[in-house]
Amino acid sequence: MVVTAPPPRLQHLDAGWRSRLEPLLAAGRAAGADLVEVFLERIDHIGVLAEQDGITSVSPAFGMGAGLRVFRGLRDGFVSTNDLSQAGLMAALEQALGMLGLELSSAGASGFEGLPDLRDHGRAKGDWLQRCPGLPEATGRLLEGTRRLEQVGRHLQVRRGSYARDWQEVLVAASDGTFARDVRLHQSLGLSVLAADGEHRASIGRRYGSSGRPDQLREWDVDASAREVCESAGTMLYADYVEAGQMPAVLANRFGGVIFHEACGHLLETTQVERGTTPFADKVGEAIAHEAVTAIDEGVSDGAFGSLSMDDEGMEPQHTVLIENGVLQRFLSDRAGELRTGHARTGSGRRQSHGFAAASRMRNTYIAAGPHTPEELIASVDRGLYCKSMGGGSVGPTGQFNFSVEEGYLIENGRLTRPVKGATLIGEAKDVMPRISMCANDLELAAGFCGSVSGSVNVTVGQPHIKVDTITVGGR
Amino acid sequence: MTPTTATTSAGTAPASGTATAAGLDAPALRETLERLAASHGIRQWDLGASCSTDVSVQVDRGEAKQMKGAQRSAITVRVWNSEGLVGVTSTSDLSDTGLETALAGARAASAFGNPDDTPAFSPLATAPLPELQQPLRPERPILQLLDTLKDAERQLLDRHPAIGTVPYNGLAQRLSERIYLNSAGACRQQRLSTASLYLYARAEETGRKPRSAGAVRMAYGVDDLDVAGCIDEAAERTISHLDYGPIDTGRYTCVFTPEAFLDLIGAFSSLFNARAVLDGVSLSGRNAIGQPLAVPFLSIHDNGLHPGNVGAPAFDGEGTPTRRLALVEGGVLRHFLHSEATARAFGVEPTGHAGMGAKVSVSPDWFEVGPTPGSGGGQQGLDHGAAGQSDGPGLVVIDSLSALHAGVKASQGSFSLPFDGWLVRGGEARSIEAATVAGDIRQLLNAIVGFEGEATITPDGLCPHVWVEDLSITGDA
Repeated sequence: MVVTAPPPRLQHLDAGWRSRLEPLLAAGRAAGADLVEVFLERIDHIGVLAEQDGITSVSPAFGMGAGLRVFRGLRDGFVSTNDLSQAGLMAALEQALGMLGLELSSAGASGFEGLPDLRDHGRAKGDWLQRCPGLPEATGRLLEGTRRLEQVGRHLQVRRGSYARDWQEVLVAASDGTFARDVRLHQSLGLSVLAADGEHRASIGRRYGSSGRPDQLREWDVDASAREVCESAGTMLYADYVEAGQMPAVLANRFGGVIFHEACGHLLETTQVERGTTPFADKVGEAIAHEAVTAIDEGVSDGAFGSLSMDDEGMEPQHTVLIENGVLQRFLSDRAGELRTGHARTGSGRRQSHGFAAASRMRNTYIAAGPHTPEELIASVDRGLYCKSMGGGSVGPTGQFNFSVEEGYLIENGRLTRPVKGATLIGEAKDVMPRISMCANDLELAAGFCGSVSGSVNVTVGQPHIKVDTITVGGR
Repeated sequence: MTPTTATTSAGTAPASGTATAAGLDAPALRETLERLAASHGIRQWDLGASCSTDVSVQVDRGEAKQMKGAQRSAITVRVWNSEGLVGVTSTSDLSDTGLETALAGARAASAFGNPDDTPAFSPLATAPLPELQQPLRPERPILQLLDTLKDAERQLLDRHPAIGTVPYNGLAQRLSERIYLNSAGACRQQRLSTASLYLYARAEETGRKPRSAGAVRMAYGVDDLDVAGCIDEAAERTISHLDYGPIDTGRYTCVFTPEAFLDLIGAFSSLFNARAVLDGVSLSGRNAIGQPLAVPFLSIHDNGLHPGNVGAPAFDGEGTPTRRLALVEGGVLRHFLHSEATARAFGVEPTGHAGMGAKVSVSPDWFEVGPTPGSGGGQQGLDHGAAGQSDGPGLVVIDSLSALHAGVKASQGSFSLPFDGWLVRGGEARSIEAATVAGDIRQLLNAIVGFEGEATITPDGLCPHVWVEDLSITGDA
């Protein structure tokens, strides 16, 4: 592999790349491609870990790369490279064309008329990186967090604070006239503890994330976070394991939204339609959920972890109503999804990095607020499970979903009683959606990471408190 | 085909970087690092570098779904400052400018190095490396991969009318190279070709829920892949789940397939991980070596060098040679997995399980699980195919576990995991509709009844079927 850095004037991704990208796009079109897309990326990352009362890891990383995608008919070829020289990019194009049986040719007419003016979503974001906390400030804030844990927690064997700052500059150019640039800034910070007392153990963590907010770490409420983590750890340390069975469940707001993300959201991505792995493929206009459920995916909430000024295919994100009063409205779609399924693009083409082809992915996904109070939901359950805090989850190729409950409580006679741990909720998407029968009025979002076909991307999940009439609770 | 001709950039003259059309150029990397380090007054450094070319295809009902290629490069540089503290920086930019920026970044980060846990060069970074039989196989054209995968998909679809799609599939080949260098003269280099195939089928019968299962194969080249075996296994597993039924919630004797048991051991590998022990997040304490952990007939070794471990690393992120290590013998914890720093803390040698970083991670390579020689190996003659009283609760075979990232609490020892499997009654096996298995890893390791059959090679290790009694199963009934 030849590794050649681009000339210094091209180290920044801006309109200066036009003269290098236009010949590439024209060559691809002249070779017979329907569409050629180039995704350029520059990254600057810092990760910091604090353990107990010391900084134990500082991990900076930087780099550049390109992803080239070529479409012909319904097929596409994708090549990624770290070699951003003109020869390197042309070699990547040649390889992508070869995947579709096409060859570079000097004879063919491209029909490509050049790139328009750059749509620069990053223009006002030029100082974001400089405005972020430097290492002295970031390490200081994390140590403040781990010290606060020590002050407010009990039986803490391990105290950790983590911070990640991901800055990304992207440039997207395509032979259909797409030419757009953006700068993204994602920061996430977390506190976690392991509490131990004899044979009792509880590990609890919380993560907070934002996009486009350089001051997030400075504005972080350390005390509130430390208290939330320690209170949960203190409760769960002596909790019994949950008794398994079928029962109603009330899921708290914020990260409780992982149930919709896993049980339904993934199945409304056109990648799932393409694979034939969603039971909802032909259900647009039909009821797939209880009439209490309205669900939204959008990329526009200010500062939310899944928000974007443009997706990774250069399209501005939309506010997409997925389900309205239980009726399926539309799917999340990217360029390939639109091509192969007919569902119009929604600004949902996302990828972890230049190493992945974009795919239809969720952004900020949540169930809309309903008319009830959280207390009304709990009062409606004779015996069930209250899931205050969720762990991760997943969905399989047949629509079976699962997710773990980090902090749970029994509901007995309409009231929360003792804490329980070790619960895993499982079910089928098309079965559980009609069972979400009550939504409360306290919608909140929570930051997370979602791993799927185009890698790990920042998302938010969210919901108000919701009630599921019955669900399988795995336990001991 | 040699690595020289296996790159997509072949024919382009090497430029100012230290990776070339033939792969990584270790002498050039060393020369550049030495020059740049000297100019910045850096006297101690080490570096891990890798590059690879990847090609992969996916198909969908006879058509190409996605074809991908990738050229990747990455380095991680560590620098020791004048106070002996370590900083690190990673980049994908292997140009001279990139290396210089990385060195400067690492030196800046070293100001935040941890004085209580500073890595050093591994004392084994120049020790002889094991000889691995890892043939470099020729790279095949992507359209040949496409034809191979289309044919495999067609054969799998033809196996049963209920198999309608193979929604997750892929055939990939990779040529990779990695290097470890340090300022004390260590120089490690390894080149490798690998290929992989996975087929995950989805089947559905009228009025019934869709079912799915799959198989994976790895080899040193595409021509070496056991394509027929992968098709057979994916078909058999998928078809075996078509006839399904609910299972009653309760406690069962369970039989873990090799894949499932190795997944579980891997998820709880912090039991054997010295880094986790020192960090206080392992269930094992510092003095746990020599203490009983499991039934007295269980052995677990880590052996990255096993011939079945396709793509075995010859050395770890610190240049320490890979070796076979006894973790559990006769049910007793024998050794931890170590990096240089953890080994120093325990007063032992590094074991070849380190990553690279300011705080060095430790991870297992490839497990060997089975009976301890001379121990009797627990109950003899176990055969789940013939087991299970027709009027009893039956025997649960756990074929594959899901959602380990969410359902395992390694620092607590607990797990609650969805699984695919079968309920065996009177010798008859029926697929379980949906269920979870839950328990505590230490209780499970002490509730092993015995082993069934010969150990099988899987991508994660070598293991026979493992019988465990009294596990909690929750059915979706």
